[in-house]
Amino acid sequence: MAERIYIFKRFERFWHWSQALLIIFMMLTGFEVHGVYSLFGFQAATELHTIAAWTLVSLWVFAIFWHFTTGEWKQYIPTMEKVDQMLKFYLTGIFTDAPHPFKQTTVRKHNPLQRLAYLFVLAIINPLIWTTGWFYLFYGSWGNWGFGWLSLEWVAFFHVIAAFMMLIFFIAHIYLATAGHTVTSHIKAMITGWEEVED
Amino acid sequence: MLKFNYKGLSLAMAFVMSLGISWSVQASDAKAPDKVPTPSAAADVFGIAVDEKVKKSTADHSKFKELQVDFKDGPAVTKACISCHTEASKQLHKTKHWNWDYINADTKQHLGKKNVINNFCTSVPSNYKFCTACHIGYGWEDDKFDFTAEEKVDCLVCHDTTGGYKKLPGLAGHPNYKTMEWPPHSGKFRPPTDLKRVAQSVGKTSRATCGACHFRGGGGDAVKHGDLDSTLTNPDRHLDIHMDAKGLDFSCAKCHTSDSHEVAGSRYEPTAVDDKGTLIRGSKDERNAATCVACHGNVPHSGEFAKMNEHTDKLACQTCHIPAYARGDKHTKMTWDWSTLGEMDEQGKPKKIWGSEGKVLYDSKKGNFTYDRYVIPEYQWFNGDVEFTLADTKVDPTKVLKINSFKGSPDDGKSRIWPTKVFRGKQMFDKGNNTLVITSLSDDPKTALWKNFDINKAVEYGMQYAGRDFSGDVGWIETEMSWPITHMVAPKEDVVDCHQCHTENGRLAGIEGIYIPGANNTPLIDKLGFLAAFLTLVGVLIHGAIRYFMHKRGG
Repeated sequence: MAERIYIFKRFERFWHWSQALLIIFMMLTGFEVHGVYSLFGFQAATELHTIAAWTLVSLWVFAIFWHFTTGEWKQYIPTMEKVDQMLKFYLTGIFTDAPHPFKQTTVRKHNPLQRLAYLFVLAIINPLIWTTGWFYLFYGSWGNWGFGWLSLEWVAFFHVIAAFMMLIFFIAHIYLATAGHTVTSHIKAMITGWEEVED
Repeated sequence: MLKFNYKGLSLAMAFVMSLGISWSVQASDAKAPDKVPTPSAAADVFGIAVDEKVKKSTADHSKFKELQVDFKDGPAVTKACISCHTEASKQLHKTKHWNWDYINADTKQHLGKKNVINNFCTSVPSNYKFCTACHIGYGWEDDKFDFTAEEKVDCLVCHDTTGGYKKLPGLAGHPNYKTMEWPPHSGKFRPPTDLKRVAQSVGKTSRATCGACHFRGGGGDAVKHGDLDSTLTNPDRHLDIHMDAKGLDFSCAKCHTSDSHEVAGSRYEPTAVDDKGTLIRGSKDERNAATCVACHGNVPHSGEFAKMNEHTDKLACQTCHIPAYARGDKHTKMTWDWSTLGEMDEQGKPKKIWGSEGKVLYDSKKGNFTYDRYVIPEYQWFNGDVEFTLADTKVDPTKVLKINSFKGSPDDGKSRIWPTKVFRGKQMFDKGNNTLVITSLSDDPKTALWKNFDINKAVEYGMQYAGRDFSGDVGWIETEMSWPITHMVAPKEDVVDCHQCHTENGRLAGIEGIYIPGANNTPLIDKLGFLAAFLTLVGVLIHGAIRYFMHKRGG
């Protein structure tokens, strides 16, 4: 029988889904700004992308506050413990319904691979995409800030690289959302807060 | 809510640069100007609301005794003018409008209309009687003209408000004083110019007076510049937001301000970048006032258009705000091939061939032409430095010769991307000496090309006239001239849309040194990025498929 534990609090779920929508929307508009396809039109795509960016910034102000006041930031401290077992599980065990090597609890809700993946997002992708995005937004102020030597081409280059990393993360993330106790248990948890875990 | 579908930018920009000599309005030629220019309603021509009793000017020239005489010619009028305006001629004597002579202080090149060679009618020397219909003087018919004569300054050509004053080619800057058939062989006759009426009605310059020459550069209406033609005499807001006759109704002089008859703006030393902000009244700043920034400032866009301010480090205002030139429906000349001149009809007489839109496509005197209108400009980096190919410059006939080459680059810190009209031609040159040539076109009865159709004789005489060495061997060289596009500023709803540049192969395709989001993709990164994303997708799908089948098998 499965046991149910409360993992994702209300704000966390709100943060996750609103952020998900914003990131999907920013990928959609961002790749249009990059010239990959035409959907909204360049001008509208640029403006929508900018609005979404500022919305995401606001969301993050709350999210950072929340993580610090609740101490939930500790969930992202990386660990190498059981990483090998996790990898082995995804490569073999998952196919044979072997037991999950990681026991999810309220204080340790992310498995070691998740922690590493999120750390990669937080430490590599986000800084890259936020910094370059910030420079992109304030192109006109580079000179005043002492960044007159920057070139838009390089800022755009790294912004695009970060965008591709985000796209890849997004694909893997969605798939791994189905890799819980049942196919939908992770997704349900992200909606209701309650996760079904193995006894 | 924010609006996404707007097309416009917030401010339309001022028009810049270009000045010169003026030639009078042609009231008798049906079209210009639409408002009826009678002496009493004279001020109407330059857009001042006329009250019959109280005029804006403090002087009613019709009341001056000096002007209540029957003038025998133009210089007689000028004598009357300078009897009150004692310094006027001396001021004009210092200007390019008068001297057609100009030395660029930076490049030391000797320029000015009488010195440069272009790829339209090519050169002035030996053709003065014809060309000086656009000179602000009387009687410049050869190289012995007295540039110190005060009475030879033509006041009326710029200050006429009646539209009844017109200098005709061939009269060395004079209007006709007797009845004259015009155009030649047309069967139409121009009555003698009513100098008294014109003199009594003088006023400020207007789009019509400036345009009499500047709209007709290159030999006719709309020919040369592309952004200046007679449709600007009475334009609507779509043609030019500032000159809109029913709106702001700017005269040329609103931007091309003048001081002691020296008019702001120059094509010899254009201001390609003005980053000094608005030019405030009383300022001691003596920079060119005929720039967009001089009125609109460095940060002209606000609110939803604020992002546009971040384009001004690379783009001239004109690049977005003038989406096309020749927008007044008139055709501007795009090419001129002199090398085909001289072909005669069956009777051995010179001929003209007209195209479907009434434009001359071939003329035995001049060769072949092409025209266009609503033309999308060609864009170039430009820092205001222009290097001319002059009469003594050695040319390379194996290449297309840039008669005036626009300097500038993305890296020099003082260039902007400018819209330009590039006029292409094929013209005579000295094959032996590899130089451009002076050609006798109109004046000299024995050698003038347009009378004798012998290019060798015409060039030989022109070169001799100008005191130039000539090998005797005339060849044809392909040439290009660039003209900055700065007039015909569109209203904000008609500016160039973002996607016209922010797209692959957009308007600025091929311009070096700029990264345009949406236009210059990063092909390698895009390929690698999408490949990686695709492989990730394939990977998870395979993983999922294995999970599915294993699970099913395992029951």
